[in-house]
Amino acid sequence: MNRVSLFFVCILASAGAGAVDIQRQEELRNLLLQDCGSCHGMTLQGGLGPSLKPEALTGKPDAFLEHTILNGRAGVPMPPWRGILSEADVTWLVQALRKGEFHE
Amino acid sequence: MNERRPSHPIAVCADTAPLCVRGRFAVQAMALFGALLLSACAAPRGTGDLGLVVERATGSVVVVNSSTQTRLAAINGLGDLSHASMVFSRDERYAFVFGRDGGLTKVDLLAERVVKRVIQAGNSIGGSISQSGRLLAVANYEPGGVKIFDTATLTLLADIPAEYDGGRSKVVGLADAPGERFVFSLYDAGEIWVADLADPNHPTIRRFKDVGRFPYDALITPDGRHYLAGLFGEDGIAMLDLWNLDAGPQRILAGYGRGEEPRPVYKMPHLRGWAIAGDYAFLPAVGRDEVLVVDRRTWQEAGRIPVQGQPVFVMGRPDGRHVWVSFAYPKNSAVQVIDTTTMQVIRTLQPGNVVLHMEFTPRGEHIWMSLREDHMAKVYDTATFEELAAVPAQSPSGIFFTARAHRTGL
Repeated sequence: MNRVSLFFVCILASAGAGAVDIQRQEELRNLLLQDCGSCHGMTLQGGLGPSLKPEALTGKPDAFLEHTILNGRAGVPMPPWRGILSEADVTWLVQALRKGEFHE
Repeated sequence: MNERRPSHPIAVCADTAPLCVRGRFAVQAMALFGALLLSACAAPRGTGDLGLVVERATGSVVVVNSSTQTRLAAINGLGDLSHASMVFSRDERYAFVFGRDGGLTKVDLLAERVVKRVIQAGNSIGGSISQSGRLLAVANYEPGGVKIFDTATLTLLADIPAEYDGGRSKVVGLADAPGERFVFSLYDAGEIWVADLADPNHPTIRRFKDVGRFPYDALITPDGRHYLAGLFGEDGIAMLDLWNLDAGPQRILAGYGRGEEPRPVYKMPHLRGWAIAGDYAFLPAVGRDEVLVVDRRTWQEAGRIPVQGQPVFVMGRPDGRHVWVSFAYPKNSAVQVIDTTTMQVIRTLQPGNVVLHMEFTPRGEHIWMSLREDHMAKVYDTATFEELAAVPAQSPSGIFFTARAHRTGL
């Protein structure tokens, strides 16, 4: 592996799952189920807010979902989570939601 | 299903049987004694000091006794209870549990078991029991509407779809009102409906449109007269006087946050269990670290009490002297107590990790608080603020005591 590709591997690692360690993933999982769950349902099937199950997210781009989590949505109750969640946290959350990792 | 059955008399009573009985009368005496002890131990009991604690992650409820501050049994198989509430039958023996998954479960508190369970919708938010105790109403998100059931059999009696121009609306803020009526709000449509179920097979509906944007929850005053729906989409409360429906909904507390940027809300406040103390009502301000005080005679704002976070539950001690407040993420581990004579916070408690709900004992000498992350409910003395007991429960959320059975709006 040459120096350039090693550089890219490091970049990818820090931008991806590597930026959210196991302990943080556990915190995010708890936050998602308990706190996001108060509107989206603890099983993420939706409540006052829409479903967050993988099939419900189909067709919604990553950038849109990440932007919604970080900045909230005007006119509806979805609050901005910036300041509580980092961009890396949000990237990890969106990918985990797409994989359906949060429900049995 | 049940971890302990307190009604098993033999095991408890055997230890107390006398060992000194001798001779030919022994058998007779023992039989007599046994019969007496048996009848004493298996005596019928009431349910007035029982309640249920919801275990939100495991789909179970715990039967508790608020006099002895003990856990009696766990009952499983209630489905998704991630958002759950319940009402009690008029005889206080049965709880009707409304689960997130649209499940409606009838639980027998004495037998400690599920009597019947139906899945009546895809996604539901709560329910109410009618004045007579014969009817249950369930508010549903999906499909949006209200369904009416017979409390004895859980048979569906009426279906009231929440239809409006934009389709079907999620229903919130369902409350029982005198005269076999139920009042509820349409979140998406911004409407309040009053359903008269005097004839359960033929409900009559009165619709009030344009009550305000996004009513998110509501309550009815303990006298059953005023229905108040909190609005998320604008500052203010939509109020309907059930003694004068022709007057239609009025807006109260309009623009209580006027001129200020709306602040993010990390958990929607709950209005049921709203605090009424004398002439004043106390309610959570949406998105603000404040409890609003309203004069019930004029429905004008009478003050604001600064608190440590965004309030979720604002609950009056039954005597009205104190109001207890729980909070939204991220300040959800503290509880504050307001003195209603001075309108000031007199105590801040840190009962543990993440207080989700509070419930007073029927006359308010104690308060129970559920601690989600600590897996227990804690009991406090409401006069001394001392911690009295801890009762184990897995990820507990709502705590409901049977005394609710006889209160309008609960």
